[in-house]
Amino acid sequence: MLRMLLDAPDGFAGRTHLLYVASDKSPVPELNRLRSLGTDRIDVLGSTDDVLRRLDGLLTTATMGTRLYAAGSEGFVGRVVVIAVSHGIDHKSVLTEHSGSRARRVQCVHCKHITEDVTVSILECAGCGVLLFVRDHYSRRLAAFQGVCANAEDPSERPVPQEAYV
Amino acid sequence: MSPVAVSHKEEIRVRVDDVIVVADRVKRFRLAPVDKGQLPAFSGGAHITVMMDDGRRRIRNPYSLMSSPACTETYEISVLRVAESRGGSTYMHTRVSPGTELWITPPGNLFPIHQLARKHILIAGGIGITPFMAMTAQLSTLGHDFELHYAMRAEATGAYGKALKETYGDRVSLYRTSLGERIPLDDLLEERPLGTHVYVCGPERMIDSVLDSGRLAGWPQENLHCERFLPPPGGDPFTVRLARSELDVHVGEHESILEAVEAAGVNPPYLCRGGVCGQCETRVLSRDGVMDHNDHYLTAEERAAGQQLMICMSRFRGRQLTLDL
Amino acid sequence: MTLNFHTETFRDDFTFYNSPEAIRRFPFPFDRDAYMYSVNIETHIAGPVGSVLEFPIDVDEHYASEMRDRSLVLAEDPLRCQSLPHMDLAGWDLLELLMTSMASDYPDHFTLERGPGNRWRWVNRPLGIDDSFVFGDTSTLPPRPGGATDAPMGPMEYVTRQSQGDFCLLDQRNDNLWMDAGIVTTQADWSLDFDIGMNFFEWHGPVPLAHEIGVFDRALKYLLNLQQGRPARRLNWTMTINPRLDTSPENYDKWGVDRSTVTPENAGEKVHLRVELQIFFRLPRSNAIVFPIRCYLISLDDLVTVPGWGQRLYRVLKTLPPELVEYKGLSRYLDATLTWLAPYDSAGAGS
Repeated sequence: MLRMLLDAPDGFAGRTHLLYVASDKSPVPELNRLRSLGTDRIDVLGSTDDVLRRLDGLLTTATMGTRLYAAGSEGFVGRVVVIAVSHGIDHKSVLTEHSGSRARRVQCVHCKHITEDVTVSILECAGCGVLLFVRDHYSRRLAAFQGVCANAEDPSERPVPQEAYV
Repeated sequence: MSPVAVSHKEEIRVRVDDVIVVADRVKRFRLAPVDKGQLPAFSGGAHITVMMDDGRRRIRNPYSLMSSPACTETYEISVLRVAESRGGSTYMHTRVSPGTELWITPPGNLFPIHQLARKHILIAGGIGITPFMAMTAQLSTLGHDFELHYAMRAEATGAYGKALKETYGDRVSLYRTSLGERIPLDDLLEERPLGTHVYVCGPERMIDSVLDSGRLAGWPQENLHCERFLPPPGGDPFTVRLARSELDVHVGEHESILEAVEAAGVNPPYLCRGGVCGQCETRVLSRDGVMDHNDHYLTAEERAAGQQLMICMSRFRGRQLTLDL
Repeated sequence: MTLNFHTETFRDDFTFYNSPEAIRRFPFPFDRDAYMYSVNIETHIAGPVGSVLEFPIDVDEHYASEMRDRSLVLAEDPLRCQSLPHMDLAGWDLLELLMTSMASDYPDHFTLERGPGNRWRWVNRPLGIDDSFVFGDTSTLPPRPGGATDAPMGPMEYVTRQSQGDFCLLDQRNDNLWMDAGIVTTQADWSLDFDIGMNFFEWHGPVPLAHEIGVFDRALKYLLNLQQGRPARRLNWTMTINPRLDTSPENYDKWGVDRSTVTPENAGEKVHLRVELQIFFRLPRSNAIVFPIRCYLISLDDLVTVPGWGQRLYRVLKTLPPELVEYKGLSRYLDATLTWLAPYDSAGAGS
């Protein structure tokens, strides 16, 4: 994302508003370079929820011609797209780039509970206790993958979770 | 004067109830079903294809339905007479009068309303107003937010402009280009809320200009819609071999491959007859010559590969062309 | 025609049964001794008298009981019927399609009167319904039966609670189809609540192999150009243990264990062939597509009474690619089923 902004043609940075989730590894030198290029609107926020709230607010008054770019984990990018769509932006218009963790948000198809940051292939649903297999089937609307009972056909089976989405 | 009664099963027989001279070179036709009953319901932006038989050949021209989708007793279409050599609009103007019976296809829609749009901006030029007459009626019934910008030369199609302004008030803006009035495109595209969609129908240059302006203003492709009213271009005559039918078909100066093939008794699938929908895509089995792709459907790679041809619009120059028909 | 409606269950005690007529007309989907995906879409024109294809919308002896099972499913899980806000017009288009078809083709059981000012009266004798409403005005529709409020049902829910099979309403935009409304209570293992809002490629996501051979690209192209008055259809199939209609992922943790109860002795009674007749209609006012998915069940015991079907099914199952065995959920009971069917294959038996 920073690379894209630094490589962009003249004037691009000046029309950009950057929302950034801070962590211990904040790239402060790059942010200073961006400011010097004219990116004067940079919001560095403490959590994903804060960034998403800020985005939601900005989109309320944004107009056609606004383009959205999102980079981060699958779960983060998925939630950005959900907010964009709620404001009338077509999901294809949001340019996305995945980076970092491949951890998944998982919705239990039985009780609808969503579990964040899942890195394993089998997990016990915190909502209903059913042992879930994490499928590759993805819902953009929910920004989550589907979890289905892993041992329905033989409840005595206890499949072993594997690290799969790291 | 009645056309030959050969048709596909789904075609509908209609009788012209009324012909109204709307303006210089524009006539409106009201069509009623010959059999008792209703015409099929439709969605704003839909068109029908009218079959005309001028004794020498069959002409099939698509016309947008301009009547309200809520009305299924009759359909209304408007035809602008142009000096094109194909003769479709001339036929409608000179050989169709109240009482004339015609075959039409059921409605099909290649220019539909986008159901998730938060606002619809409709931009019309000249006869391009016709699909918007039906669309505004449906948008209004559904309670959607829309505005219509209508550029006409003078009062050429003025009757529609006045009627639209009377019905929808401030939502309609009229521009008389002969008086130097122009649609302020850049202003129109500025400061629009997210989820606004633009629809344009009119002369080619106007469509291209609206789409270009939209793209330059950063609007995504998904929010820009157009309907083109391009007749198939003419050119030097040539012969096409139809492999499966074992026929050699002569394609004249002023007819498309599709029309020539239909005249020979073969009926390939079609829908828009304007090179955009893909229905008439035909496999090229062999050729010795150059294909002129006049459609808006095939990709650059597909054109270069030369394995497909949109027979409603494209032509051929050369010694031999064999199609999988 | 006059139908004789059964009183039967598709859960718990499973009293479902097919009459000899239902067996005879069952839509056996295999035309050769092996199975692979194809774009097997064809025009939906009238089939032979008495067949499931005779009329655009098929109503059969299971009608009343299927509607009872549907209302039980919806009472337990209302999320099986959802309609995104912009799909109301498509719901009315669907209501018109189903009511005019059923009244026209089964006049002994259904009557539709279309009066001036869009005032309609619909009589459904098997379900004891006699309703008057204004076509296009949702406020004039009745409330949900057994529902908590007096709020009227939407047109899709209202009419599909009276129509056999599942229904998906697909909005057409951006050169794609979007599943933006539906009622799904007789499905083979997919979740409307999860899939609603997905486009054509996304909701077909989990289907193996078909993506590789381009089946979906061709199918989508065909459907995008679907015209009013020219509906299309195709058959799909899978297998179910016991004649259970509601084999949803939501309840998989309850019915999945049935798959472990099949033996070579009881396969004839327990194992059912489940065929879906899928139809595609272009809807006029909304330009949407409705996708009815009509489910037919037959036990192996009944299936083999039709000459040739036992052998053909045996050969199809024996040669089914492993990815499809897995995807269709047959793994646990395939061997027992093949053992039971083997005697019906003339090549194997006694030669």
